[in-house]
Amino acid sequence: MKLAAKVLKKPIASTLIAVLFGFIVAAVVLVAAGYNPGQSFGALFHGIFAKPKYISNVIIKATPIILTGLSVAFAFQTGLFNIGAEGQYIAGAVAAVLVGVKLDLPPVLQIPVVVMAGVLGGTLFGWIVGYLKARFGIHEVITSIMLNWIGLYLSNFVVASGTYHMPNSTSTYPVNPSSYTMLLPNWKTSKAGMAALKPHQWLYEVMLKTDVNFGFLVAVLMAAIIWYLLYRSAKGYELRAVGFNRDAAEFAGINVNKNITDAMVIAGALAGLAGALAITGTAPHKISTLAAFENNGFNGLSVALIAGSSPIGCIFAGLLFGGLLYGGQSVQQDVGAPTEIINIMIGTIVFFVALTKIVPVLAEKLEKRGAGHVQ
Amino acid sequence: MEVSTEYAVQMHGITKLFGSFCALDHVDLDVKKGSIHAVLGENGAGKSTLMNILYGLYQADSGEIYINGKKAEIKNPNTAIGHGIGMVHQHFMLVDNFTVTQNIILGNEVTGKFGIIDTKKAREEIIGIVKKYGLEVDPDAKIEDISVGMQQRVEILKALYRGADLLILDEPTAVLTPQEIEELIEIMRSLISGGKTIIIITHKLKEIKASSDVCTIIRRGHSIDTVPVADVDEEQLATMMVGHAVKLVVEKAPAKPGDVIFEIENLTVKNERGLEAVRNLSLKIRRGEILGIAGIDGNGQKELVEAITCLTRAQSGTIKINGVEIQNTTPRNVIDHKVSTIHEDRQRRGLVLPFTVAENAVIEKYRTPEFTRRGMIDRSRMTGFARRLIEDYDIRPAGCESQPVRGLSGGNQQKVIIAREISNEPELLIAVQPTRGLDVGAVEYVHKMLVRERDAGRAVLLISLELDEIMNVADTIGVIYAGSIVASFPQGKVDENTIGLLMAGGRLNETGSEST
Repeated sequence: MKLAAKVLKKPIASTLIAVLFGFIVAAVVLVAAGYNPGQSFGALFHGIFAKPKYISNVIIKATPIILTGLSVAFAFQTGLFNIGAEGQYIAGAVAAVLVGVKLDLPPVLQIPVVVMAGVLGGTLFGWIVGYLKARFGIHEVITSIMLNWIGLYLSNFVVASGTYHMPNSTSTYPVNPSSYTMLLPNWKTSKAGMAALKPHQWLYEVMLKTDVNFGFLVAVLMAAIIWYLLYRSAKGYELRAVGFNRDAAEFAGINVNKNITDAMVIAGALAGLAGALAITGTAPHKISTLAAFENNGFNGLSVALIAGSSPIGCIFAGLLFGGLLYGGQSVQQDVGAPTEIINIMIGTIVFFVALTKIVPVLAEKLEKRGAGHVQ
Repeated sequence: MEVSTEYAVQMHGITKLFGSFCALDHVDLDVKKGSIHAVLGENGAGKSTLMNILYGLYQADSGEIYINGKKAEIKNPNTAIGHGIGMVHQHFMLVDNFTVTQNIILGNEVTGKFGIIDTKKAREEIIGIVKKYGLEVDPDAKIEDISVGMQQRVEILKALYRGADLLILDEPTAVLTPQEIEELIEIMRSLISGGKTIIIITHKLKEIKASSDVCTIIRRGHSIDTVPVADVDEEQLATMMVGHAVKLVVEKAPAKPGDVIFEIENLTVKNERGLEAVRNLSLKIRRGEILGIAGIDGNGQKELVEAITCLTRAQSGTIKINGVEIQNTTPRNVIDHKVSTIHEDRQRRGLVLPFTVAENAVIEKYRTPEFTRRGMIDRSRMTGFARRLIEDYDIRPAGCESQPVRGLSGGNQQKVIIAREISNEPELLIAVQPTRGLDVGAVEYVHKMLVRERDAGRAVLLISLELDEIMNVADTIGVIYAGSIVASFPQGKVDENTIGLLMAGGRLNETGSEST
C-alpha cells in the first residue's frame, strides 16, 4: 500500500495513468460507435510501429510539436502562458521561406541562414508579446492570440505576393534545395546512394520513403539546452524567480520587465525554429494558403501540458502526440473508424493529464488508509 | 476527567495522524460552560488541528468528544453547527459586495412564499443579536466598506445566528488594532454573560491574561497543562508553551552609537492613490543604533520602506547611505549599497515559495562570482552556502536546503530571510514587522538577532506596529504620524502612553521631546 502510494506520487505515474485512462475512454467511445476497440488500437499501434518508415514518420511528425511544446513549457516555467506558439511557428516558417527562396548559398551557409531567419521570425513575434506585457502590462494571452491571426494572414499574404507565388498553385515556390536539412538529400536519390542503401532493407525504406531530417536531433538538443538554461544558469534562475513571484524577484533586485521580454523572446525563438525546420526538413518545403491553423503551435500546448512543463518531458510527450496523430490515420484506413476517434482519445488524455493533480491526493488517501490499518 | 454536563465540550484522548506525523497525541481539553478557555501553543503545536477536529473539518484517529456531557460524533461542520458549535476562522469567509445581513444568512436563508428570501425577518433577528451582545454592527453595511474588526464581528454574528452556544475563535486578534482587540475582549465578556462559551486559539500571552479564565497549553501535539489564568504570569505561560525559559524582555547592552551612516531628508512619497503618504520626513541612524519607528498602520510606513528600497518613486527629498544618494534608483542599486531589508510580507516580497531554501538564500547574490561562473550557477556552492546559514541560524528542519521553502513553518521562513539579509553584511538593516505571526520563541530569536547586528556596528531601522516591540528593542524611538516623524526619544526616556498619544496624532505639552 505504501509502495503504491509512493509510486503514485511521482508525476510520471500520474501522466501514465492519464494516458491509460485516455485509451479506456477512447475504447468506450469506439464501442459506442460500433467499432472493435481491440482492432482499432491494433491498427493504431500497427500504424506507429509496424514498419520502419512509420516510426520515422512519427518522429518527423513529432519534431515541430516537441519544439513548440518546449516553447510553451519554457514560457510556463517563467510564469507566462504562451498561447502564441502557433503564430510564432507560422512566423518562423514564413521567414524561412522568404530567405530560402531568394537566397542560394552553399548548404553550409544557406542552412544556418535560413534556419536563423525562421528563429528571428518567431523571436520577433515573441518579443512583441513580451515587450507589450513588460512595458504596458498587456496580458500575453490577448496579444499572442491576436498575433496568431496576424501570422496566419501574413503567411497567406506572402503566398499570394508576386515574387513568391508559384503560378497555378496555392503556395509559394519551395525554398532552394541548398536549404534542405534532410539526411543526405542528394546522395540518397543518386544511383550510388540507392545502390548502397539497397542491401539494408529498413535503411532503404526510411531514407527513401520518408523525409529523415536533422530536426529531431535539434529538438532533442534544444530540450537539453532549455533544461540547462532553466535549472543551471543564472539567467534561468532569474526567469524562474520572476515566473514564480514577480514581487519577490523585484524586491531582490531582479529586473522583472527585462526577464518577461527575454522569456517571450526565447519562447518565440523556439517556436520559430520549429517552423523553420519544418520548411527545411520536410516536403513540400514551402508554405501554402492556410484556411485555418495547422495546430503545430496549439498541439504544443497539449504537449507541454502532458509533459508537465518539463523540457525533457516534452520530447516524450511530443513523440506520444506525434504517434497518435500519425498512427490515427491508419485507424481510419484499416478499421474505417473516423479520425475523430483519435482526436477524442488525444482530448481525453490531455483532459486526464489536466486532472492528474488528483492522483497525488488519492495517493495520500491511500497512504492514510494504510496508516489506519497499521494502528 | 469525568464526563459531566458542567462542561460545554470535553475532548478526551484525541489523536490525529497526518501520514506518519503525529499532530496530536492523546490530547485532552475540558471547557467549562460559560467560560473563556484559551488554547495556547506555538505555530504548528497542533492547536488549530484540535479545533478543526472539534468543528468537524478533520476526523480524529482516536479519542472521544462530549458536548454537554453527551458523546458526539462530529463528521463535518454541519453536524458541529447542529451541536451548537460555531467557528470564526482567522481568514474571514465573507462575500465582499454583499451586505452584513446577506452574508449572515448566506447558506441559511429564511424563505417565504415562492422561495423569496425573507430578508426583513432575518434582519430583525440579526438586530436582536447585535443589541443583546453589544456588537454594534450595521446590518445594511456592505462588507467592503467596513473595517476588519467589524468584519470579524460579522463572522461572530454568523455563528450566533446559526445558534452557536460555543464559539471557537481562531487567532482572532492577529488582524486587529490594539483598540479593536480591547473591544473584542469586551464583546467576549458580554457573550459569556449571555450564556455562551468561548474557546480562543492564540499564541499571544498578553491577550490570554486579559481575556481568558482557563488556559490549556499544547506543545508538539501534547497537552502540557491546563491552568487558571489568574494563577500564572506571562513568563510562566511562555515557558510552558515553548518548553524552556523564555525572556520576554530583550536583553541588551546600552547602545554605542557611532557616525550617522543613513540619513533621510525631507522625503515626500505619494501612495498608489496619488496622495502624499510620506510628508517631509527626516531621520538619521547611526552605526550601532536601532531606530524603532512606532505608528498606527497606514501612516506612511509602507511607502517609506518602498521609497528606501526604490520600489516607489520619491517625489522629493534625499535618502543617503554613507553619503551616497540612493533615492529613485533601482532595488539592485540599493542592495549594492549595502542596504538589506526584511520585508513585512515575507511570502510576497521576501521569498519565492516554490524555490528551495538554497535558491532563496542566494536571491540577492546569485550573480556574484561566488555563485555564478560563465553564466552558470555553481549549485554545490549554493547549497553549501545555504547549509551554512541553516546551521548558523538554526533553521529547521535541519538539512532543508533542497526543500521548497514553502514547506517550512512561518518562523523558519522568517529565519531564512533574516539569515539571508544578515549574510549580505549590510550597513543598514531594515526590519519591517519582523515578528509578525511568529510565536514567542521565534520573536525572542529575531530580537536577539537585531541586537546582535547592532552590536556588530550596523545601523538598524525597525518599523513595527507592535508598540511593545519598539519599546523593548529600539535604542531610539521615533513616532510616525501622517507621514512624518513627529517626535523621537531615547529608549527609557518615554512611556508607552506618551508614544500611544503621539501615534494617534496627539501633541506633547511638555518640552522634554527632541525632534529630528
